[in-house]
Amino acid sequence: MIALERVGKRYPNGFDALKSVTLAIDTGEFAVITGHSGAGKSTLLKLMAGIEMATTGTVRVNGQDIAGARRALPFLRRKIGLIFQDHKLLYDRSVFDNVRLPLDITGFPPRDGAKRVRAALDKVGLLGRERALPITLSGGEQQRLCIARAIVHRPSLLLADEPTANLDLDYAQEIVGILSSFHQVGVTVVVSTHDLVSLRMVRPRVIALARGALWQESEGRGEPVRDDVDLDGARVES
Amino acid sequence: MNAWLAQHRRALTLTGRQIAASPVARTFQALVIGVAITLPLLLYLTVQNLARLAGQSDADARIALYLAADATAKEAAAISTRLDAHAGVAGHRFVARDEALRDLKQRHDIADLVDALPKNPLPDAFVVRAASLRPGDIEALRSEASAWPKVALAQLDSAWAARLDAGLDLARSLALGLGTVLAAALLAVTFNTIGLQIVNRREEIEVSRLIGATHGFIRRPFLYAGVVQGAAGGALACAFAGVCVFWVNEQLRGVAALYGTELAARALPAGDALAVIGFSALLGWLGAWLAVTRHLLRLDSQLDAR
Repeated sequence: MIALERVGKRYPNGFDALKSVTLAIDTGEFAVITGHSGAGKSTLLKLMAGIEMATTGTVRVNGQDIAGARRALPFLRRKIGLIFQDHKLLYDRSVFDNVRLPLDITGFPPRDGAKRVRAALDKVGLLGRERALPITLSGGEQQRLCIARAIVHRPSLLLADEPTANLDLDYAQEIVGILSSFHQVGVTVVVSTHDLVSLRMVRPRVIALARGALWQESEGRGEPVRDDVDLDGARVES
Repeated sequence: MNAWLAQHRRALTLTGRQIAASPVARTFQALVIGVAITLPLLLYLTVQNLARLAGQSDADARIALYLAADATAKEAAAISTRLDAHAGVAGHRFVARDEALRDLKQRHDIADLVDALPKNPLPDAFVVRAASLRPGDIEALRSEASAWPKVALAQLDSAWAARLDAGLDLARSLALGLGTVLAAALLAVTFNTIGLQIVNRREEIEVSRLIGATHGFIRRPFLYAGVVQGAAGGALACAFAGVCVFWVNEQLRGVAALYGTELAARALPAGDALAVIGFSALLGWLGAWLAVTRHLLRLDSQLDAR
């Protein structure tokens, strides 16, 4: 589903966020990209979503080279559900309108759209809060709202950037549980995080980055998260 | 098709909501545009009404040939034959001196004065309609006819109208120039106001792009806003022009009464009003399109730079 080949990313200030990363994520996988701050986790996720472009190498999603499909990028993104660390909610719109936005973009009929929105809100436990403004929700609820918006158009790929950041363990596990439920119905889930503890229960494939390079990877898919993924060590070794 | 319609419906709803959210600001924006369009519109209306008063172009092409007092019927017939054969003459009519006198008595209610004259002082005359409406051709015909035997005077009846027409041509050019400048101003106003709306909705645009919105989807509500703003400005300009015409007519009524005549300026015809509204809506659309495209190109270049 996602294939990165010798992907490098250099920012205009000369900082190399990623250095020749090659990896593949298959359909139906639950993959976690981890690493220390500045390791390149979020950059990798942004490249997969076409939010940023690789400086070198190729990024393919569903067989499509992202750099070569600039005009098709909006249509590619419609097949992806994006969950942002800072939520990126529209604070002047209701919960309902926030979740409906991806359906509006695809021109989904309003009546069917409303059913989909309510189903998505039900899935994340926010049914009944449709009219509320996002600002009135707690941090955990805002993250769940962001997830509802990401899944309302039923994407085949979910990309989540630090979905459990700033949440206590209970809320974090709740979010992971929601992501896991989508994975169980065949959605490919890629999460960028340094919170491996919350993800332990879903036994994901772990891809560890250090200073922009692939550093460590769990050998099998679906095996438990290793406690010995030493992020501090990674910072030292790479 | 349904998806396309749903997106347009959404864009329209969004535009309506935004207008409803800031009615005062939107009204003033439309007022600015309305005033800008009113100026050339009033100049255009003035030109149209003066042109109508001038009796329009065919009045310019009339020449009166006054015959000498001793011209005989045979000599008058010879002039008539020359006029028939002349390529520059579209038509002519002989006005006998008696007919002219009768007409004078009837038209100006001076029968007693005319009856007191010892004899008819008026000459026989031809009213000639020139084939060409070009002032140069008409003047050449007048000059040629004035040299014919027994033609005492060849007078271009409506030289004043020709001068007025030249003045109207100048005013038309001024209206066009002013219209062009103010159309550019309207474009700039729309570009600016839509630009501000884009800044206010930058987050929404960025989020929409991240979740798959095309340029068309992002542009649509702004284009509708531009069209609505332009059309509202055009409609206000037509209303302002209507009020001005009404006011002028009130003033004219009093003046015309003094001269025992009726004089009224004509308002903008419905077809022209629709054209004004349509044109300003088009300018609003163009201003909005330029503003959104500039913003989207900037976002694209930021993506390239990342």
